[in-house]
Amino acid sequence: MDTLKKTPLYDVHIALGGKMVDFGGWALPVQYSSILEEHKAVRERCGLFDVSHMGELWVSGEGAFPYLQYMLTNDITTMTPGRCRYSMVCYEDGGTVDDVLVYKYSDTDYLVVVNASNTEKDFEWFAAHAIPTVQVENKSAEYAQLALQGPKFMQVLEAAGVEGAIPEKNYTFVQETKVAGIPCIVSRTGYTGEDGVELYCAAKDGPALHAALMEAGKCVNMLPCGLGARDTLRFEASMPLYGHEMDANVTPMETGISFAVKLNKEDFIGKEALLAPAKRIRIGLKLIARGIAREHADVYLGEKRVGHVTSGSPAPTLGGNYAMALVDLEDSEAPVYEIEVRGRRLKAEKTAMPFYKRAK
Amino acid sequence: MTPNDRKYTKEHEWLLIEGNVAKIGITDHAQDALGDIVYVELPAVGDAVEAGASFAVVESVKAASEIYCAVSGKVVEINEALDGAPEEINNDPYGAFIAAVEFETLEGIELLTAEEYEAFVAEEN
Repeated sequence: MDTLKKTPLYDVHIALGGKMVDFGGWALPVQYSSILEEHKAVRERCGLFDVSHMGELWVSGEGAFPYLQYMLTNDITTMTPGRCRYSMVCYEDGGTVDDVLVYKYSDTDYLVVVNASNTEKDFEWFAAHAIPTVQVENKSAEYAQLALQGPKFMQVLEAAGVEGAIPEKNYTFVQETKVAGIPCIVSRTGYTGEDGVELYCAAKDGPALHAALMEAGKCVNMLPCGLGARDTLRFEASMPLYGHEMDANVTPMETGISFAVKLNKEDFIGKEALLAPAKRIRIGLKLIARGIAREHADVYLGEKRVGHVTSGSPAPTLGGNYAMALVDLEDSEAPVYEIEVRGRRLKAEKTAMPFYKRAK
Repeated sequence: MTPNDRKYTKEHEWLLIEGNVAKIGITDHAQDALGDIVYVELPAVGDAVEAGASFAVVESVKAASEIYCAVSGKVVEINEALDGAPEEINNDPYGAFIAAVEFETLEGIELLTAEEYEAFVAEEN
């Protein structure tokens, strides 16, 4: 554990009894109380996550807009300042470098939030493609990031004290709002399938912001939540996770994220490869048989192996066990599949994603 | 508290021995390390089991864990209640046995007392 990287909230996790694990080189809590209880808190009330391990890359300069337009699969032409946009970053062959969230400050200033374990790789990728009119800076260590998620998040923010605006629309952000007196970037985003915000503050302010939100959260019986619940929540909402649903060998088309790939925009890295028809696609499965299919389990149609499970777990809100699988496109329309688990074949029916969708 | 009425293994299982039958479950330390248990794959009554081999699987939200049988013999009883309520292992680890095994011998099998097991866990941490 001593060799792992620590977020600014490390001591807070220890004090709250977090069960610390190695998550891609970071010491983070998998849970504080119980994954199921924390999952439920987010669906029904509110939960607070430390996501400070996420990477923050700043892209600035006169060439920032055309540069990012070339680096990203999504189209940022229609973005106005104050908007966030989900995008993929691809290799020339269409494989996925990472999935990122882009925050537009202006045509010359963008924040790109990347997956923790990809931060170095992404920074090198962006830097290697930088043009003279663009600066790319890795400012990950300067920020703490907290995710406040769940239907009662606004009550928690209000109880903590807000000076400034809270973004009203999904995928928008406010550059500076004080929460509990602490300056934060506040974005109406998340990775749980619930409404909520993500707050970015100076690393040194992270523990104070966490403490203030924990105190404020008492009014809705909020729980601090770990990576375990973060994973079951995103899984239920069928959100892909880098290293599972996608990686350098999987294209965004195969991950089923074609909405974030704009093939009609001018050139971008990976465009040519992504124009070719995909051979595989991500599907959703619900286990009919008892048992849990985990990542890497083989998926069969009769005797033919057609793919593998990318994520599999119980879906606590829905009940039952679900899986996401990457299967051959030609075999992606069957009603029932079999998944091999410890030498046995478990039947699973194809089901629509997202598995869970919150009522609006 | 680790009950004194039974034996323990270094794989964090307990054996409550009566005559030549051992009820087998997992320790409080094991359930705590696993977290919320959501499924138990039980053996079948009549299954032959071998010392050191996996004979059941306990699944938490995050992962599947094999449960190893400390003794060789035959499964004579399973805790079917775990089918509908696997969380009983979290709630009552020393009450919720997984299966009972009729064994041939305890000779050559390393079993710890409660005190020895607690020392082993303390050392492991």
